[in-house]
Amino acid sequence: MARKLDVVFSDIEPGSALRAALAMTPSDVIGLVSRSKLRGRGGAGFPTGIKWDTARRHEGAEKYIVCNADEGEPGTFKDKNILERQTAKVLEGMAIGAYAIGASEGFIYLRGEYKYLVSDLARKIGEMKSQNLIGPDICHEKGFCFDIHIKLGSGSYVCGEETALLESLESRRGEPRNKPPYPAESGFLGRPTVVNNVETLSFVPHILLNGADWFQQFGTEKSTGSKLFSVSGDCGKPGIYEFEFGITIRELLKEIEADAGTKAVQIGGASGFCACADDFDKPICFEGIPTGGSIIIFNKSRSMFRVLKNFVEFFQEESCGQCVPCREGCSRMLEGIEKFEKGKGSSKTINDLLELSETMSLASKCGFGQSVPNSFRTIASKFKDEILSAGEGELWQS
Amino acid sequence: MLRETLLRTLDDLVGRYGKARENLLPVLQDLQAEFGFLGEETINEVARAFGLSQTEVFSVASFYHFLNTQEKGKYVIRICRTISCDLRDKANVLRALESELGIKMGETTRDKKYSLDYANCMGTCDRGPSMMVNDRLYADLSPSKAVDIIRSYR
Amino acid sequence: MAKLTINGAPYEASAGMTILDVCQREGIHIPTLCNHPDLKTQGICRVCVVDVKGSKTLQSACGTPVSDGMEILTTTDRIRKARKTIVELLLANHYTDCTVCPKNLNCELQSLANEFGLTDLRWKERRERTLPQDDTSPVFVRDNNKCVLCQRCVRACDELQGVYAVANLYKGDSTIVGSAFNRPISEVVCINCGQCVAHCPTGALYEKYCIEDVWKAIDDPDKIVVIQTAPAIRAALGEAFDYPPGTRVTGKMVSALRTMGFDNVFDTQFAADLTIMEEGFELLGRLKDALADGGKPSLPMMTSCSPGWIKFQEHFFPEYLPNLSTCKSPQQMFGAVVKSFWARKMNLDPADIVCVSVMPCTAKKFEAARPEMGTDGDQDVDFVLTTRELAVMIKQAGIDLRDMADSAFDDPLGESTGAATIFAATGGVMEAALRTAYEVVTGREVPFKDLDITPVRGLDGVKQAGIALTGVKKEWSFLEGVELKVMVAHGTANAKAVMTALRDGKLDVHFIEIMTCPGGCLGGGGQPLPVSPEKRLARARAIYEEDSESVHRKSHRNPSIARIYDEFFGSPNSHLAHELLHTRYTVRGQY
Ligand SMILES: Cc1cc2nc3c(=O)[nH]c(=O)nc-3n(C[C@H](O)[C@H](O)[C@H](O)COP(=O)(O)O)c2cc1C
Ligand code: SF4
Ligand code: SF4
Ligand code: SF4
Ligand code: FES
Ligand code: FES
Repeated sequence: MARKLDVVFSDIEPGSALRAALAMTPSDVIGLVSRSKLRGRGGAGFPTGIKWDTARRHEGAEKYIVCNADEGEPGTFKDKNILERQTAKVLEGMAIGAYAIGASEGFIYLRGEYKYLVSDLARKIGEMKSQNLIGPDICHEKGFCFDIHIKLGSGSYVCGEETALLESLESRRGEPRNKPPYPAESGFLGRPTVVNNVETLSFVPHILLNGADWFQQFGTEKSTGSKLFSVSGDCGKPGIYEFEFGITIRELLKEIEADAGTKAVQIGGASGFCACADDFDKPICFEGIPTGGSIIIFNKSRSMFRVLKNFVEFFQEESCGQCVPCREGCSRMLEGIEKFEKGKGSSKTINDLLELSETMSLASKCGFGQSVPNSFRTIASKFKDEILSAGEGELWQS
Repeated sequence: MLRETLLRTLDDLVGRYGKARENLLPVLQDLQAEFGFLGEETINEVARAFGLSQTEVFSVASFYHFLNTQEKGKYVIRICRTISCDLRDKANVLRALESELGIKMGETTRDKKYSLDYANCMGTCDRGPSMMVNDRLYADLSPSKAVDIIRSYR
Repeated sequence: MAKLTINGAPYEASAGMTILDVCQREGIHIPTLCNHPDLKTQGICRVCVVDVKGSKTLQSACGTPVSDGMEILTTTDRIRKARKTIVELLLANHYTDCTVCPKNLNCELQSLANEFGLTDLRWKERRERTLPQDDTSPVFVRDNNKCVLCQRCVRACDELQGVYAVANLYKGDSTIVGSAFNRPISEVVCINCGQCVAHCPTGALYEKYCIEDVWKAIDDPDKIVVIQTAPAIRAALGEAFDYPPGTRVTGKMVSALRTMGFDNVFDTQFAADLTIMEEGFELLGRLKDALADGGKPSLPMMTSCSPGWIKFQEHFFPEYLPNLSTCKSPQQMFGAVVKSFWARKMNLDPADIVCVSVMPCTAKKFEAARPEMGTDGDQDVDFVLTTRELAVMIKQAGIDLRDMADSAFDDPLGESTGAATIFAATGGVMEAALRTAYEVVTGREVPFKDLDITPVRGLDGVKQAGIALTGVKKEWSFLEGVELKVMVAHGTANAKAVMTALRDGKLDVHFIEIMTCPGGCLGGGGQPLPVSPEKRLARARAIYEEDSESVHRKSHRNPSIARIYDEFFGSPNSHLAHELLHTRYTVRGQY
């Protein structure tokens, strides 16, 4: 039975983790984070220690650390809660990262929808400045200066992708870049830049205070620590939960009081995977079903066709539109799906779309286009009948 | 909008953020917040201030859903169309607002007061349906609650 | 140095090379579309995807740098499937009317369809012409129904030309290439250079043809149709007839033009020599004013032969318009001479003369139509054909250039020098001007082996040189000991850098040559497609060969030039010369 935890929302003594970091060398801080095996909570699960180390090793007069608070994956709202309730901890995580890689400036890239958080964030930054936790010569450490600026998004999901985010930070269109070079080598204005998710950063102070072993006792071999889940949809207790990695879907469903009639669970939002009853004993973790945290529950009354269509509409609208497989692919996929509604779809239509999916996931320029087919593939295979008969039945809403 | 007002605001913003290319977006965001949309004159003056072509500025602005390059209502109402709110009957909220305002999704009232638009997930999925009115976020909506909220904006 | 394998075979590559670079070096074919050697990598069409061991997804060959130990596969089932699907996706959203498309058989999308042997499309509904075509530019048409959103035009306009007239607008499947507010191109700053057209792989951009007008003039028995061809044409036209780049076809071209029915086949190079006389003496005049007469002339002086650059200057640096030489471009000098001197000589009414020019350039079409370029509404140059249009006309006339014998231009406006030939290459005008000015001032030839002023040659974006003036003639004594400092730039993005440096007070030069297009006219927006740095090099080589083989290599040694001053203009910068050969500019601004 996976443990329910309360790390992210537990309070720490402000500045204590930062002071612990400053007592170490930057490379020891990175060593500690690496040993904890902390992996990015933004979805991709990249080892944070390696990312920091890359940025530290890369020459650059200026380096940056960016807190990715663009949280746009459908069904995700944990980062907003962290920023609201544990602002200082996230900022402290950024400062520790800055110390580790040698950055003196940081950005919080906050999605436009969360603009109302700006004033609180700014106040907290000011407060921490007055406590000498941000600003010049932090904690009286000569020469360690770090300032944080808040930058707003303007309603674009793809800007959560780290290189699109960097483009947006540079006030350009949020069109993802080619990788490599990775942001840690060449990021904001071509300088080494670490982009980390809000939740990732909020774990950093705990690792500094409690050690790598403490962190590793939670979770699985390859997915250490705990994870926040944003739960919505058909269940008794939607909201935010923290469990250790490796929790099975079934365990999770019980916690959130989903009823026995749960038909499907979408894990990882629109770009994630759809699990049906057969999958409920699978673990949620990077080596199992990965997720940035979005969990959406569907009960018996829901049409999975409708769910799928909603997702594909989302993608078609949010694609940056620069690369062919994703731009043209999203439109063709939506067109194909709409055929079913009109009773014109067949198994062949599904097969055609599966072939298209193959190209989208293999050849798209960024993670957006590469993950568009995830929901189609899983829903179309597990609920094929519902797709094929979409033209017949009543939908869940008039 | 008075040209002088525009120029003065722009001047302030450029003074505050700086003229470097990477400060374009915050300036556009603030101008939009101030004037509601980024019209031709605005784009033109921003281009001049940054030494960019109008096309470059428009290209950036038109990428972002929340930057309007066409005039919209004073209050832009954005209803979340994403799955969790959809599950929670956002359609009824939309219908109520359409009938209250007498416009359809995507339209602006004749008095240029309200515009109805869609947006994607706003991060209140556990308490949907959700909507934004300009920068403010509302969750836990019911059709009547949504109408009450709209009525409070005059 | 990185060691890697491609399809199992070992290769070495230096750091910074992409997979595509290595494959191209090794002759391993990778299809491409959005990639262009002139432009920064965008990696957005994805037809170049390859398999890199250890990576779950396919990687773009153009956007992925090589690294040590990389194992690359360039043709596997999943690669082929992905590439084919991508081409299908593009075609499905492309208004396809190949047989009547200006890019027919010259289209990279067509070639891709051919390469993948497409016989059917999975998405069958035919894309209609749903978007309006934009024909408001004086020189080209944009048909977004055929646009594949490769951003090549966008990058050309920004990176090469520094104009940014077009960009991606909106996002997702609404993305479209256009100008601010998706308004017609005529409502924003565009310098008509045609680099967007030259870099477009499809029929989405094509120049405005005036082929029919020219045929009509030829067919009109009451008209005398005179044609002039710019220096850059002879080194490029052959490409349209399957000659390798850099093949000179001057003589064959002249024969073809005669066969097509042009009454007189003249050479713009004659006017280029004339330009050197006018511009050279204008420069010396300004230097005299500054150094001897204590005046405040506008220096550095800048060349004015390239109409895209003129318009660029009018928009972006209008405060420097007085620095532009007042000389008309060779095309326009030629038109003016034909309709004055030559008409009188031949006893013709200028109204009966139709002056056609063949130019490597689309901006020349706009230049010819400027109101100041004519008298009483009769334009000095009536029709401007690009090299590409000329190739079409030659084919329409049933002529294969390869079958043509060599023949020479008509006299007297067909005589020219090697100095005029090199106008086609960046640095050429400067070199020609120095050959003449130096000799005028010192009485000696320029101190460079074989008259080749190599510091101003080559394809570097900005070049700088100095030439010391010593032992000058008495009337130029004020120049004794002066180092004449010159600068050369091509591609208006480079020009922008030069002008910005000048504005910031960081330049100390006397004379600047600027050509609108990369490589100079030989890389003009109207030249045969596709364009590449290699082709520009080959054309430049041909141009310099032609120069070195010329009888006369200095403009002031052109016998016909001496005669026209004798018989008509008197001397360079004379009153009549000013009236006919010089022009004025318009402040246009940017916003
Ligand atoms: C389409 C797309 C959207 C993304 N959105 C977010 C996001 O909203 N927040 C986030 O932290 N990461 C997002 N990511 C992941 C980022 O690219 C990046 O991996 C992450 O910010 C790195 O931080 P981490 O290592 O701490 O997770 C997104 C990725 C893609 C492909
Ligand atoms: S995959 Fe989609 S979002 Fe990513 S670059 Fe391509 S079009 Fe843009
Ligand atoms: S003609 Fe030149 S300036 Fe005009 S859009 Fe094309 S590339 Fe840009
Ligand atoms: S117009 Fe041509 S060059 Fe420009 S994006 Fe479209 S296809 Fe590419
Ligand atoms: S789905 Fe509407 S707020 Fe997330
Ligand atoms: S040629 Fe490489 S992505 Fe287009």
